[in-house]
Amino acid sequence: MTTDLSHIRNFAIIAHIDHGKSTLADRMIQICGGLTEREMKEQVLDSMDIERERGITIKAQTVRLEYKASDGETYILNLMDTPGHVDFTYEVSRSLAACEGSLLVVDATQGVEAQTLANVYLAVDASHEIIPVLNKIDLPAAEPERIKEQIEEVVGIDTDGALNISAKTGDGVAAVLDSLIERLPPPQGDVKAELKALLVDSWYDPYLGVMILVRVQDGVIKKGMKVRMMATGAAHQVERVGVFRPKTEMVDQLGPGEVGFITAAIKTVADTSVGDTITDDKKPATEPLAGFLPSVPVVFCGLFPVDTGQYEDLRDSLEKLHLNDASFHFEAESSAALGLGFRCGFLGLLHLEIVQERLEREFDLDLITTAPSVVYRIHMSDGSMRELHNPVDMPDPTAIDFIEEPWIKATVMVPDQYLGSVLQLCEERRGEQIELTYVGNRAMAVYRLPLNEVVFDFYDRLKSVSRGYASFDYELLDYAAGDLVKVTLLVNAEVVDALSFMVHESHAESRGRAICEKLKDLIPRQLFKIAVQAAIGGKVIARTTVNAMRKDVTAKCYGGDITRKKKLLEKQKKGKKKMRQFGNVEIPQSAFLAALKTGE
Amino acid sequence: MTDIKNDIALYIHWPFCERKCPYCDFNSHVSDTVDQAHWRDALLSELAHFAAETQGRRLTSVFFGGGTPSLMAPATVAALLDAAADHWQAATDLEVTLEANPSSAEQGRFADYRHAGVNRLSIGVQSLRDEPLAFLGRVHDAAQARAAMKVAKAVFERVSFDLIYARPHQSVADWQVELGEVLAMSGDHLSVYQLTIEPGTAFFREGVAGADEDRAVELFEATQEILEAAGFLAYEISNHARPGAESRHNLTYWRGGDYVGIGPGAHGRITPGAHGRITPGAHGRLASPTTFEATHQIHDPARWLELVGEHGHGTAKRRQLSPTERAEEMIMTGLRLTEGLDTKALAALSGLSFDDLVEPGRLRELTAGGFLDAAAGRITATAEGRLRLNAILARLLAPEAGA
Ligand SMILES: Nc1nc2c(ncn2[C@@H]2O[C@H](COP(=O)(O)OP(=O)(O)OP(=O)(O)O)[C@@H](O)[C@H]2O)c(=O)[nH]1
Ligand SMILES: C[S@@+](CC[C@H](N)C(=O)[O-])C[C@H]1O[C@@H](n2cnc3c(N)ncnc32)[C@H](O)[C@@H]1O
Ligand code: SF4
Ligand SMILES: [Mg+2]
Repeated sequence: MTTDLSHIRNFAIIAHIDHGKSTLADRMIQICGGLTEREMKEQVLDSMDIERERGITIKAQTVRLEYKASDGETYILNLMDTPGHVDFTYEVSRSLAACEGSLLVVDATQGVEAQTLANVYLAVDASHEIIPVLNKIDLPAAEPERIKEQIEEVVGIDTDGALNISAKTGDGVAAVLDSLIERLPPPQGDVKAELKALLVDSWYDPYLGVMILVRVQDGVIKKGMKVRMMATGAAHQVERVGVFRPKTEMVDQLGPGEVGFITAAIKTVADTSVGDTITDDKKPATEPLAGFLPSVPVVFCGLFPVDTGQYEDLRDSLEKLHLNDASFHFEAESSAALGLGFRCGFLGLLHLEIVQERLEREFDLDLITTAPSVVYRIHMSDGSMRELHNPVDMPDPTAIDFIEEPWIKATVMVPDQYLGSVLQLCEERRGEQIELTYVGNRAMAVYRLPLNEVVFDFYDRLKSVSRGYASFDYELLDYAAGDLVKVTLLVNAEVVDALSFMVHESHAESRGRAICEKLKDLIPRQLFKIAVQAAIGGKVIARTTVNAMRKDVTAKCYGGDITRKKKLLEKQKKGKKKMRQFGNVEIPQSAFLAALKTGE
Repeated sequence: MTDIKNDIALYIHWPFCERKCPYCDFNSHVSDTVDQAHWRDALLSELAHFAAETQGRRLTSVFFGGGTPSLMAPATVAALLDAAADHWQAATDLEVTLEANPSSAEQGRFADYRHAGVNRLSIGVQSLRDEPLAFLGRVHDAAQARAAMKVAKAVFERVSFDLIYARPHQSVADWQVELGEVLAMSGDHLSVYQLTIEPGTAFFREGVAGADEDRAVELFEATQEILEAAGFLAYEISNHARPGAESRHNLTYWRGGDYVGIGPGAHGRITPGAHGRITPGAHGRLASPTTFEATHQIHDPARWLELVGEHGHGTAKRRQLSPTERAEEMIMTGLRLTEGLDTKALAALSGLSFDDLVEPGRLRELTAGGFLDAAAGRITATAEGRLRLNAILARLLAPEAGA
C-alpha cells in the first residue's frame, strides 16, 4: 500500500519531561479515530507498567494515523512520541532520523526547560522543520505569549506560527494537525530505486518475536522478500510487514516515506543493529543511509541478588530484559560482601533505576545496587590504557601513570532566586562555568562538570537547592586527567568491596567520613563493638565505632505463650539470610543498601 | 520431688477485664455480662478433654491467668479445682495461683478464693503511685493497691506482686524509692516487668515510646541490685523470689515440662498418653521418646464458647513439635532462668544434645565474650548475657549469615 508521498507527513513530538507529549499524542489518535472510546486511556502510548506508574515515557512510540485535513484530502501521518528525560535522548535522536519535522511542545505554565533546548538542538541537527506548540493553556497559570517570547530569545526559533493548545481538553489540536500538513515537507524518495530502509529500533514482542521498526527511504519492503542488513551483512526473509495504528495491523508492503515494522526469523534484538540500512538482498543498494552511532553506557553499577540463591534467576532475567533494551550492558561480577552478581552499564541514573525496578517487578527479584560509577581511563606506567568500570578492579596505584575521567557539558535552567545555590553546587562539584545567561527571571548556567560528581548525588542536591525548580541536561564532552583515588571501606578490618568508590582526592576524606558515619547509624548494635573505617590504600582517612548493644531482651511476662518468642526467632532466622558475615559481626544487607544510596 | 516427665501443670485462661489497659496485648476483653455457669461448664468440658489424654499424671500446679481471673465467681474456681483433682493425682504441695486486680470489689473475694483452694495470689499492683497508674489506664489507685496487698498477705501464705517499670519519664531515683515501698509490703515473690510497647495496643497506636536502651539498662540494674539486697533473688529475667518461693508453675514452663492450657487463647504443651519413657533409638543415640504436642485454643471468647459447646473443646491448632523445635524452646526458656539450661534434661526430653543444635564455635565465642557460662551439665546466661538474650539466642539458634 504505497502512499503518494505528497500525502504523507512524518513528525516527532519533542519536549521537556511532562510538558504533555504523550497527552497530545492521545488527542491526535482520538481525532483520527485510531482507537475507540473504550480502548482510549490517558497516555495510551505509554504501555509499559513502569511508564504508566511513573507517568513518564521511556520508549519512543510510533503511530500511523489517517487524517482528513481541512483541504478535504486524507493524509497519512506517522507520529513519534518521544521520551523527555535526558537518559533517553538516544531514543529521541533515533525517532528524529525517521521524520522530517518536529512538534516542539512547551508547557505554557513553565516555559523553556533544559530538555526543551537539548531536543530542539537535536531537531535542528536533523534539519527538521519545527512547529512550536504552547500546551496546557487550560491552566490559569498559562502565559503562552510570555513563553513565546522566551522561546524566541532562548531557543532562537520563530514563534509566528506557534499554536496554543490544551492537550488535555483537545482545544487547538486539530489546528496543529492542519498546520503540520501545511508546513512540514512531505518525505522524499523513489519507489523504483533499490530498497533503502532505516532500522530505527528493535524490540522483543512475546507473540511476534523480534520486531524491527523501519522507515523506508527508497523502494518497497514486502512480505516474503529477502532483505539484507548492510552493516552486519545478515540476510533474512521478511515474515510480516505491519503498522501501528496504534494497534498492530498487518499490511503487504511499505513504500517510500512510510514507517512500520517487519518481523523475520531473528532470535534476539542483539542481532539487529539500530541505525543499520535494510536493503533488498537480490538488488542491494550501494550506499547505506547515514544511520547513527550506537548508544554507549556511561554509568556502571553492580546488581546483586539479595538472596544469593537467585543468581541464576538474575542472569536469566537480565538476558530476557536485554532482548527489549539493548542499551544496557551486563557481565558477571563477584563480590566478597554481596556474592555473585553482575556489573551493568546504563545510559544514566534513571535508566539504571528503571532497569532495576523492572527486574524486581517483572521477574520478582530482590536486588542490591552498588554505588554508580563512571568509566575511568587508567593510563599505566607501561604506556597501556585500560577502562575501569568497577572500583574493585583498580590496579595497584604504583603501576599507574595517570587517570582520566569523563567530563560533561551540563545545562541548568533555574529561577534566578535559586541561581546562587545552584552555582555554588556546581563549583563544589569541581565545575567550570562556560556560560551564564538570563531570560527574564530565569537563568541558564552552562558548566563543564566531571560526570562522577553528577553520578554521586547531584540530582538530589540540585532538586533540594532549587526546591525542584531547576531542570538539567547534559552531554558528554571529553576525558581529562584528574587526581582520582580509590577509597575502601573496612568493617572490623575486613574490606567491604561493594562499598569501594572512586573519588577526587579533594573529596576523599569528607566522603569517606560521611559513609562511615552513615554505616555507623545503619549497622545495628551487636553483642560486640564494630570498627568502621575508610582508607586510601593502607592509610585510614576516617573511622567510627558502632558500640556494643547494652540490652536486648523481652523483659515482659509471657508465661506459657512461647510462640511469640519463637516468632521473634523465626524473624531473626529469616533476617540472617539478608545478613553478611564479617568476622563475628553480621551486617544486614539493608545497611549496605542504604549506605549505597549516596546522599548526605 | 519433681519428675519432669510425670508432672503436669494446668493453666486456665479467663479472658475478661473491667477495662482494657492501653499497654496490654493479652487475650483480654471487656464484656458487660458473663454467664458464669456457662463459662464454668465450658472450662470444665475442655479440662476433661485434655485430662483424658494425660491420665494418671501428677498435677503440680494450677494457674488462673487472664485477663482478670479475680472476676471469676469463687464457685467457678472451686469447681475447676475439684475437677482437676479428680482427673489427675494432685501433688500434696499443689501450687494454685490466681491473678488478681487490686480493685476493692475483688479484694472482697480474696478469702473466698482461699476457701476454693487457691493458695497463692498474684496481684497486678503495677505501681504504688497514682500518676503512673492513671497513665497505665488502671482501674485502681495507689491506695487501693496498698489495701489489696495487705488483705492478700493476711489471707494467703504466698503472695506475689506484678510491677511495670521503665515507664516514660521514670527516673532511677524515683523508682528506687517506689520499689523500696513495695518491698516493705511484699510477700515472697515479685514480677517486675519493663514496659514493652506491643503492636496492636493503644500505646502502640499512640506512639508511646518505651525507655531507650541506656535508661532501660540503668533501671534494670538498679532493680536487680535492690531486690537482690532485700533477699529477692532473680530466678528469671523479670521474676524474683525469696529462696524456695519461686513460682513452680512458671518453672514448669521454663524447664520444658508439660502443661495443659484451657480457655480462650490458651497454649499448652503436652505429651499425650501416660508416662513418657526414654527409649534408646538406633545407633545408641537418644531418640525422641514420645510425641510432644503444642496446643492452642481459639482466641475469640464467644467463638471458643460456641465450639466447646459443639465439640467439647475449642482447640484451634494442635501439632507435634519436632525434637529440634522442642529443644529450641527449651534453650530459649532455659537461658532466661538464673539456674540456666539443664543439658541432661534437654537430651532426655528432646533426644538432642546442645551440640546437635548449636555449632560449638558459637558457644565458645559467647562464653569468651562473657555472655554464657558452660559448666558440667548446665549452660547459663551471665547477668550480661541475660540482658542481651534475644541477640544471644539469635546467635545460637539462627544459622550463619551469608559470607
Ligand atoms: N492541565 C493540563 N495538563 C496537561 C496537559 N497536557 C498534559 N497534561 C498533564 O501533564 C502531565 C504530563 O503529561 P504527559 O503527556 O505524560 O507528558 P510527556 O511530555 O509525555 O512526559 P514524558 O514522556 O515523561 O517526557 C500529565 O499529568 C498530563 O495529564 C494540558 O493541556 N493541560
Ligand atoms: C497476664 S498479665 C495480667 C494480670 C492482671 N490482669 C493484671 O493486669 O493485673 C500479667 C502481667 O503482665 C504485665 N504486663 C502486661 N502487659 C505488659 C506490657 N506491655 N509491658 C510490661 N508488662 C506487661 C503486667 O504487670 C501484668 O500484671
Ligand atoms: S493488663 Fe491485666 S487488667 Fe489490664 S487489660 Fe491486660 S489482662 Fe486486663
Ligand atoms: Mg510521554
